Amino acid sequence: MVTAQTQEAHELCISVKNLSVFYGDNQALFDISMDIPEKEVTALIGPSGCGKSTFLRCFNRMNDLIPSARVEGEILLKGNQILGNSVDVVTLRKRVGMVFQRSNPFPKSIFENVAYGPKIHGLRDRNKIEEIVEDSLKKADLWNEVKDRLHTSGIGLSGGQQQRLCIARALAVEPQILLMDEPASALDPRSTSKIEELIGVLKENYTIVIVTHNMQQAARVSQKTAFFYEGYLIEYGETEQVFQNPNEKQTEDYVTGRFG
Amino acid sequence: MSFAKTLETEKPIRRVIQTVAEKLIESLCFLCAAVSVLTTFGVVAILCYEVAGFFTKVSFSEFFLSTEWTPLFYHKSFGIWPLVCGTLLISFIAMCVALPLGLLVAVYLSEFAHPKTRKVVKPILEILAGIPTIVYGYFALLFVTPVLQSIIPTLEGFNALAPGMVMGIMILPMVASLSEDALYVVPRSLREGSYAMGATKLQVVFSVVFPAAIGGITASCILALSRAVGETMIVAIAAGQQPALHFNPLKAIEAMTAYIVQVSLGDTPHGTIEYQTIFAVGAVLFVMTLVLNMVSLRIRERYQRMFG
Ligand SMILES: Nc1ncnc2c1ncn2[C@@H]1O[C@H](COP(=O)(O)OP(=O)(O)OP(=O)(O)O)[C@@H](O)[C@H]1O
Ligand SMILES: [Mg+2]
Repeated sequence: MVTAQTQEAHELCISVKNLSVFYGDNQALFDISMDIPEKEVTALIGPSGCGKSTFLRCFNRMNDLIPSARVEGEILLKGNQILGNSVDVVTLRKRVGMVFQRSNPFPKSIFENVAYGPKIHGLRDRNKIEEIVEDSLKKADLWNEVKDRLHTSGIGLSGGQQQRLCIARALAVEPQILLMDEPASALDPRSTSKIEELIGVLKENYTIVIVTHNMQQAARVSQKTAFFYEGYLIEYGETEQVFQNPNEKQTEDYVTGRFG
Repeated sequence: MSFAKTLETEKPIRRVIQTVAEKLIESLCFLCAAVSVLTTFGVVAILCYEVAGFFTKVSFSEFFLSTEWTPLFYHKSFGIWPLVCGTLLISFIAMCVALPLGLLVAVYLSEFAHPKTRKVVKPILEILAGIPTIVYGYFALLFVTPVLQSIIPTLEGFNALAPGMVMGIMILPMVASLSEDALYVVPRSLREGSYAMGATKLQVVFSVVFPAAIGGITASCILALSRAVGETMIVAIAAGQQPALHFNPLKAIEAMTAYIVQVSLGDTPHGTIEYQTIFAVGAVLFVMTLVLNMVSLRIRERYQRMFG
């Protein structure tokens, strides 16, 4: 009994209960409930404007930055409530890293980009920072390409390298969860496959939630897939099942490319 | 048949009219551009001519090495430094006022103010920049100096402090407005990236947005400095007319522009050495502001490429 419970608690990472999101009077998400397992990749798919980004941005409370946005319902992260005013958003965002659609390195050196997170969270020890920077760049599979020019601008990197720099930057604060909003949609096929490989490796240690418009990509990288349509969660299950044997007609139409 | 014919006959005429009109407009635009360029050349040419005349009578070493500026006295001395010193001292005081306040206003407007506040305050700032400088001049002489004198009794009636402070207020809107522009164009994605790392609002502003905008901010400050260096009315009215090589803000001092006003208001005849000093001083001023403007432009260009 006890073991079963710990087993359960270990495997469940994020639990969403009756989540609704409004932008002013427009409702963007309707009553979403969904459990996201730990150390797996969960893909969010669906046509443009269906609320994938809105959903993803609830997990690190980025919607707080939009004055008109209002979030209702519950999100539990490892059993802890993350919505509500009493939650420390800074700590939450430390635990939940995010990678954006368009790579957004700061106009600082590569080193400073990765060191940014640890520094704003109060780390001063130079040796420790150097260690974290190297470690994070290695995890993001960028170390070998940039180790000789750590102090040149992060903006001078190629698109794919910039995106991996942003991943390294997110990893530097040692998050448990990585949110990725179309991380490869602005990249060429080679950089894309590099990012996909990286996701495959990172999921050993991180829970990853990824938004993608690319069906093949979702099928390749994820273990679970959620299909959204016009603010509703239509179907959620094992990726294989969602793609090959969907329960819903809408899902089938979407994954086979009949609309969207 | 007839339709085709009308087309054929009409087309060339229209085309001719069109090309003539185009040529006309083109040459008109060219003329306007040429006039402004020629005027500039004319000004520079006259400046060069008079400066050359000046330097046949006064040596370079006298101009740049002597520490006294007394061209209007019996014992003439032509050292430019006292005037440069006056300009720099007052500009420095102005920057001490305008820089911190202007940047605070800029950061507040772009990062903390409600969008509505921003919409109201920005045009006001720009109106403030349009107040005639003579108003600022008398404000410095008749209001700020007496007020300051009640705090600092040793302050002279003409001094560098009051016009410097008032000039700082005058260029503050420029610093604030241009810096605000620079902060405002920092991409939203950078701010989001910083927030997503768990940064607080202050950390986002000061560790990401401000450094990202530093090029535009520096450029705006240099531009404001150049404006301060070239500013005339305030210093002519409130700083005094004693060219002196000192850095005491409490004493009277003469700026380059103030000297030019002083001489041009008097009745110094053409071609005399007194008359030519105006151009010598003007040339130094011209070079200073030109360099400042060019540096500002360079910085702006360099940093604009960053967000390409
Ligand atoms: N800042 C905002 N203010 C108002 N409405 C918004 C805002 N952001 C998103 N929306 C609305 O919420 C709905 C969901 O948007 P969202 O960005 O989450 O969709 P998405 O699935 O990520 O789309 P895409 O695939 O194009 O990125 C859309 O109807 C959109 O118009
Ligand atoms: Mg989106």
